[in-house]
Amino acid sequence: MSRPTDLVQGTLDLLLLKILALEALNGWAISQRLKHVSGDVLQVSDGSLYPALHKLEQEGWIASEWRASENNRRAKFYSLTRLGKRQLQKETESWMRLSGAITQVVRLEEA
Amino acid sequence: MRIEHWWYTLPLRVRSLFRRTRVEQELDEELQDHLEHKIAEFRAQGMDPEQARRAAMRSMDGLTQRKEECRDARGVNLVDNTVRDVRYSLRVLAKSPGFTLVAVATLALAIGANSVVFGVLNALILRPLDVPRAESFYGIQRTDEHFGGQSYPDYVDLRDRNSSFEGLAAYGFGQAAVDMGDSPSRSWLEELSGNYFDVMGIQPYLGRFFHASDEHGPNSAPYIVLSYDYWHTRFADDRGVVGRVVRLNKHPYTIIGVTPPEFHGTLLFFYPDFYVPMVNQEQIDGVAWLDVRTNRPIFTAMGHLKPGVSIDQAEADLNSIGVWLAANYPKADPLVRYTLVRPGLYGDFLGRPVRAFVAALMLLASLILIAACANLGSLFAARAADRGREVALRLALGAGRGRILSQYFTESLLIALMGGVAGMFGSVALLRALSVWRPLDRFPIHIPLHPDASVYAMAILLAVVSGLLFGIVPVRQVLRADPYQVVKAGMTVTVGRRVSVRDLLLVVQVAICAVLVTASMVAVRGMTRSLHADYGFDPNNALLVSTDLTMAGYSTDRAPAMQKRMLDAVKTLQGVGSVALINPPPLDQAWRSAPVFRDDTADLSPSKAAWRSMEFAMSPEYLRTAGTALLAGRNITEHDDNGAPRVAVVNREFARRMFGGEAAAPGRYFKLSKGSRVLVVGVVEDGKYTSLTEAPKPAMFFPITQSPNSETWLVVRAQRDSTQLARTIRARMHELDPGLPVFLQTWEGDLQGALFPSRVATVALGIMGILGAMLAVTGIFGMAAYSVSKRLRELGIRMALGARRKQVLEAGLGRALKLLACGSIVGIGLGLLSTQVLSAIVYEADATPRDPVVLAEVVLTMLALGLLATWIPAHRALSLDPIRLLREE
Repeated sequence: MSRPTDLVQGTLDLLLLKILALEALNGWAISQRLKHVSGDVLQVSDGSLYPALHKLEQEGWIASEWRASENNRRAKFYSLTRLGKRQLQKETESWMRLSGAITQVVRLEEA
Repeated sequence: MRIEHWWYTLPLRVRSLFRRTRVEQELDEELQDHLEHKIAEFRAQGMDPEQARRAAMRSMDGLTQRKEECRDARGVNLVDNTVRDVRYSLRVLAKSPGFTLVAVATLALAIGANSVVFGVLNALILRPLDVPRAESFYGIQRTDEHFGGQSYPDYVDLRDRNSSFEGLAAYGFGQAAVDMGDSPSRSWLEELSGNYFDVMGIQPYLGRFFHASDEHGPNSAPYIVLSYDYWHTRFADDRGVVGRVVRLNKHPYTIIGVTPPEFHGTLLFFYPDFYVPMVNQEQIDGVAWLDVRTNRPIFTAMGHLKPGVSIDQAEADLNSIGVWLAANYPKADPLVRYTLVRPGLYGDFLGRPVRAFVAALMLLASLILIAACANLGSLFAARAADRGREVALRLALGAGRGRILSQYFTESLLIALMGGVAGMFGSVALLRALSVWRPLDRFPIHIPLHPDASVYAMAILLAVVSGLLFGIVPVRQVLRADPYQVVKAGMTVTVGRRVSVRDLLLVVQVAICAVLVTASMVAVRGMTRSLHADYGFDPNNALLVSTDLTMAGYSTDRAPAMQKRMLDAVKTLQGVGSVALINPPPLDQAWRSAPVFRDDTADLSPSKAAWRSMEFAMSPEYLRTAGTALLAGRNITEHDDNGAPRVAVVNREFARRMFGGEAAAPGRYFKLSKGSRVLVVGVVEDGKYTSLTEAPKPAMFFPITQSPNSETWLVVRAQRDSTQLARTIRARMHELDPGLPVFLQTWEGDLQGALFPSRVATVALGIMGILGAMLAVTGIFGMAAYSVSKRLRELGIRMALGARRKQVLEAGLGRALKLLACGSIVGIGLGLLSTQVLSAIVYEADATPRDPVVLAEVVLTMLALGLLATWIPAHRALSLDPIRLLREE
């Protein structure tokens, strides 16, 4: 497995929050989902996923809970909290602004 | 928002702190789960199990590091690390118990000393008086060259004419014989204005208080309010005591109430037994002074300022009354200035010396703490140097310098806290003990030092600050440590040509100690001088019998006859050399003074007085009995009585000032404020009258028959054991009048009061000096021992090469001794400066450090301390066996 593509700082948080906003998932499922939704463009190292999750949990944006997974094994499921929803909204907005600005800059005609 | 944040996160943190294993287990489980999915994925791609497992592990980029990241994300590493640091530090400290003990003990002493002095400062100066609304409570100080008291008529004018105080109360002291049916005993009381309790705003613990409405002229309010302590000890908490009648100086008084336990008047040191209305003062004092403007028996007039009135406004208000008083009563009231003061220490009279002394002590105590920090700082620096290899190893293994420093600080803070807590408990115990101590037999004096929360807080604060202070010393060493060099070459001992931090610390420490030793030497020397000073009388082997005839119901005009009977009764006792009357004895707290005028002065208002002179009344035998030498003229005789012209014996200082010399004085006249001309018949030597350190004061001795007083002191010159004689005298007095309470003590005992301030100063400074000396010894010892131990190998080689003992000693200890000398010189220099200030406070002008004896003592002491401290290291250096040493290394 290659090194993760350098994500714009903070984007991993945004991606995780977005994924968890759709449904509560465990770590493995989150990593699979990340791969599916972003194709091969965004690769997150399996190693850096968990510290990121723990950090989000400490911020109070996501909550965790142990329950049985699809194959009936005990797994830690993460879900978005109310605080997390607010945070997601904020980060989405600032992402939109940032990407919009960058798109505009990139589209500038060279003189 | 914040609250919601905590709502989600707090349980997590608590959990990760207190359910560590569980949380760790879950982390394992979570990552394991992921790993297994990953392995399954790789297996599905066709890898064999082992390959798949390794690939999966690789995909995690290092499982352990990820776990540590997760732990960091949990944010409890700080707590965790601290706990770990504390544990590790405790282990390290336990490994070198000697070092730990010395360090903790050093700090305990230093912090203890500081916290004791702070306790005193806090109790006597910082803490407001224990009365309601203490912040607006002020006393009026009459700024007179001599004494701050008020006369009763002046007090009434101040009370009624001022517009600044809500109410003005007054109190004075008195003694009375209390007769509760058994034999009368002498008690201390306070005479209070009727409005006193209402002005203070204090409620009775039991019964009621008296009020202004109870006053209807002289002797109209025979009421007693007991202090809680007196009620507790004398009446065994009997609540039925209210309404009981007891006899004060033979007059019936009704007990009407008890004050609350914490109240004992407004003078911090003084604990009266009970309180009586001031209007009844004649029955207590024997003389009436309620309408006498020239007599100032009121100790302090005081009250709460009205809201919104500033100190300046109030003083201006009072001073305008002062101008009015001086204009209307020029004979009695010179123009004086009134100032507002805190009444707890009697304004500036006690307040100034106490404040100065406590400030000086605080300074010395903080010096001790600084010396202790320097001491520990160099110890820690030495340890850090010894642990260079450990530090290097940890650095090489990837520990951050921050982590290493935080571990060092944990160690120093631990030591500091242990020392601080020990010092705190020690000082609190000492303060408590001092609070119950009653230093002078005759007076109900306590030093209320009860420690409060601020004392505890101060001790802990000092501990933390000093922990950081001496913890900071090795920081540079750690920051500059180069693990590569250390691991490669071992710890290099730089046998310094350079001046190191540690050298500086030692010099600082020795200097401070020299200052402390100098200060205490000056104090001790001053004390010994005081003790051997010429008092102008011989207190050895003499007894003082004191009583107040008012207490047994004698009026002032009946007093002389009774005093004559007492003299005659004692004179015939076996073992009595001679006996005389003196009122008051010199150096007793009851001293009096009066303005005197030149014979040609016509206007006898106070401002025209030549000066004030100490005033005594004596019987003809006094000079012989006291051992006071007559220098010129004659003594007074029995014939200088009421009918004869007024005469006096004056002291040399009086004669010098008034008449230009002792020979010129006899036969000349001076005047007293009431207009009487006094003929000087003789001149006696100067003596000490109010304190041992005073400059020569003028004094006059009148025949006691010409100025009768019910207060009575007999001086008895004993020819044999005075304790036995005391018993016979007491029995004889009882035969004379069983109702007369008599107080007997040796004359030396009576001097304790006069000696008390310098005794306290000597003890306090002496303790500081001893602490300083101890710190010097441990500091020099530490330094010398360390430098010898670091250079053992070098010394061994030198010895093997044939160095002589002197050279070895020089190599091993030369530096320590040089530093010692530097520090001592600096310290003695500073000591000379600082004690100049100190001795001005404590001894006015007596023993200055320029005194060659003091200087010699300090130099000898520092030398002795240096020898003592370097003895063991020197011994160690000399007893080296070079062969064995070289083999071991």
